Amino acid sequence: MPASMPMWPRPWLPPAETEGIVAQLKQMAGAVVTAPLGWAARAIDPPLRLWQRLTGTGGMAAFFLLPNMAIFGVFVLLPLVINFAYSMTTGGALFLSDREYVGAAQYAQLLDCDDYTDPSTCAQDQFWTALANTALFVVLQVSLLIVTATITALILNRELRARSFWRAVFFFPVLLSPVVVGLIWRWILQRDGLLNAMIIPMGLDPVNWLIERNWAFAAAIGVTIWAHLGFYALILLAGLQAIPKDLYEAAEMDGTKPGRVFWRITLPLLMPNLLVVIVLALIRAVQVFDEAFVLTGGGPGTATLFLTQYIYEVGFASLLKNPGLAAAASILMGAVLVVLTLIQLAISRRNEKKGKLK
Amino acid sequence: MIPTMKRTMTALAALGFGMMTSAAWAGDVRVMWYSDGVEGEVIADLLNRFMEQNPDINVILDNVAYKVVQEQLQIQLEAGTGPDIARVTNLKALASHWLDLTPHLQDPAYWEANFGDYADWMREDGSTAINGFLTQLTLTGGFANKTLFEQAGVAIPGDDATWDDWIAAASEVQASQQTAAAFAIDRSGHRISGPNASYGANYIGPDRAPLPVDAGTKAFAEKLVAWTNDGKMLKDTWVSASGSTYRAAADDFINAAIPFYYSGSWQVANLSTKIGDGFDWVATGSPCGTAGCSGLGGGAGLVAIKYTQNPEDVAKVMEYLGSAAVVKEFSERTLFLPAHKGVASAGGLAWASEDPNVGPALDKFVEASGDIVPAAAALPAWKWGSAYYGALANRISQVMAGELTLDDAYARIDADVAEAVAAAGGN
Repeated sequence: MPASMPMWPRPWLPPAETEGIVAQLKQMAGAVVTAPLGWAARAIDPPLRLWQRLTGTGGMAAFFLLPNMAIFGVFVLLPLVINFAYSMTTGGALFLSDREYVGAAQYAQLLDCDDYTDPSTCAQDQFWTALANTALFVVLQVSLLIVTATITALILNRELRARSFWRAVFFFPVLLSPVVVGLIWRWILQRDGLLNAMIIPMGLDPVNWLIERNWAFAAAIGVTIWAHLGFYALILLAGLQAIPKDLYEAAEMDGTKPGRVFWRITLPLLMPNLLVVIVLALIRAVQVFDEAFVLTGGGPGTATLFLTQYIYEVGFASLLKNPGLAAAASILMGAVLVVLTLIQLAISRRNEKKGKLK
Repeated sequence: MIPTMKRTMTALAALGFGMMTSAAWAGDVRVMWYSDGVEGEVIADLLNRFMEQNPDINVILDNVAYKVVQEQLQIQLEAGTGPDIARVTNLKALASHWLDLTPHLQDPAYWEANFGDYADWMREDGSTAINGFLTQLTLTGGFANKTLFEQAGVAIPGDDATWDDWIAAASEVQASQQTAAAFAIDRSGHRISGPNASYGANYIGPDRAPLPVDAGTKAFAEKLVAWTNDGKMLKDTWVSASGSTYRAAADDFINAAIPFYYSGSWQVANLSTKIGDGFDWVATGSPCGTAGCSGLGGGAGLVAIKYTQNPEDVAKVMEYLGSAAVVKEFSERTLFLPAHKGVASAGGLAWASEDPNVGPALDKFVEASGDIVPAAAALPAWKWGSAYYGALANRISQVMAGELTLDDAYARIDADVAEAVAAAGGN
């Protein structure tokens, strides 16, 4: 070091020395940060080893899953058990201890029918009406949604002008609150709404879209498709973009017709995404409530009364609430969702096996 | 250090507990309030004045939607929480949760004298408790669009006109003025119970248990369904919803889509505000049936909640709001009929409105309150009223939608009411 150079602060350090200091600092900082973790790890190491010795690797997996399972248990399983307990009681009281135990009487009441194909013969006729409406809604809405979402994804996958803009346009309704969606469409479709205001000047008779049974049901389907289309189209679009381009190039070179390309290449390779979309759409359709409730209120009559609204009406909206019956209905609805999920799991596993065999 | 820490932790724990429950701090009185019109602003103004006079009491006013009171208050009460005071219309069914203010009031006799006529509406059968008071007395009744009637050259039916007369006249106006329908009634079992009673209906049995649907109810229900089917009653109101969902037709009257509207006195302020000078309108009282020309009385009550931590402060707030001067001012500014005997009998209310339609409308409702038949007068203090009203709205709208026959609907109404009574623990 030159004699004239001050001891500190040193005006300049050679690069090698600087790097060395930085490395040392990093090491120290790392040690400071990781030391407590190290102490903690050393502290829990003996009990963990003991636990592993006693329970094996399966026990270790269970140990690490425990926090997640605890959260799942408190927020999902516990409410489920409480709900089931409610379904075995009657009365207007909130606390289980104040409610009268009636066993399966609420289920018996819900399932009490002379003819299951005719809701009017059932003790809880509106439960069966809601069930039939929900089943019809699921079949029609999911079918139409899948077809529409697939077509939309195919179009958005093409080389379009302002493609990103169009993708955003289709996705935008997904960002809206379901209540907002219901209100917007109600303003459009009500007797003195926007749609009638548009068709009357054309010389057409106004239609009471939300009062005519078939129109109201169609409106519930159409509005829910409009609201969710973007989400499902996006999943399918991701699937389409994952299909290798060379397959299409080979098909083009072979002179394959577009229809055959779709059925033989696009659809089979899109099937995993399509399966996800179908299952998600099915579950969502069974749970239909918010948009439809705001749009039609379950009417006309009970034409758009769906299961979730029935449960809401019985358990919350009525002036004399019946939480026991509502809980039983929700357990039965949950059973339907479990069946749908099991079907999805079975199909997924079958596809996985097929994939492995190929 | 440690005692300080302990104190801090205790304070934090108390704060946490206080935040977890909605119970108020000592000196705090929380009021759950809903508004149909301007009464939220009026009550806020009155309570601010109270706090200036009583700086040791902090009144917290929670202005909520009516639906919140209907759907959430009961759950809070069942859990032993909730506000200290609430404005409620479902007064009788929740009576077990109200606080008896008697030991906390300076002058219980004042309350008995001025609010005693309606005390049974909010207390349990056989009880003599003072739980609160009606913030307004309501009466169901009709409104006619005077301008539309005049334009159509149709005379507004007189006081003795029947429902048939009214619908015939309104139908002439509908045809002449091309309105969407002749009339509408709010979608509510409560709203049609006055007309039902006018045709001789009675819901209450000798043991106060619900009676099956009788000839009076059937008579009006048949007319209502027929009027809906032939387009005289606005289909949207009743048919467009399911269950016991409430739908008002006020907006259709305000938009001049119907010349006649059957609702109640609480709509006066709303109509005045929204119609302005758009057209002239009059209150008509209730059309007549075979047994009378009855509306149905009712009202919103301000009740003290028995889970309050501050019953003395709650009583002070209630005494202030129930005082004659405050009731008078509240009624004048909100255009509500007072339920205070002294204020009502003294008369001379200066309604705070320059709208020339308002004064005569309120006077008409006061006049019509003398026409309430006994079967209707008994309903507000009957605990199964809500069950009956819900079943009526639910099933009659199904008939209008073509899903049930009237006979099926009557059987379903009886079954629904019986089920609601059983689910609530019996009569």
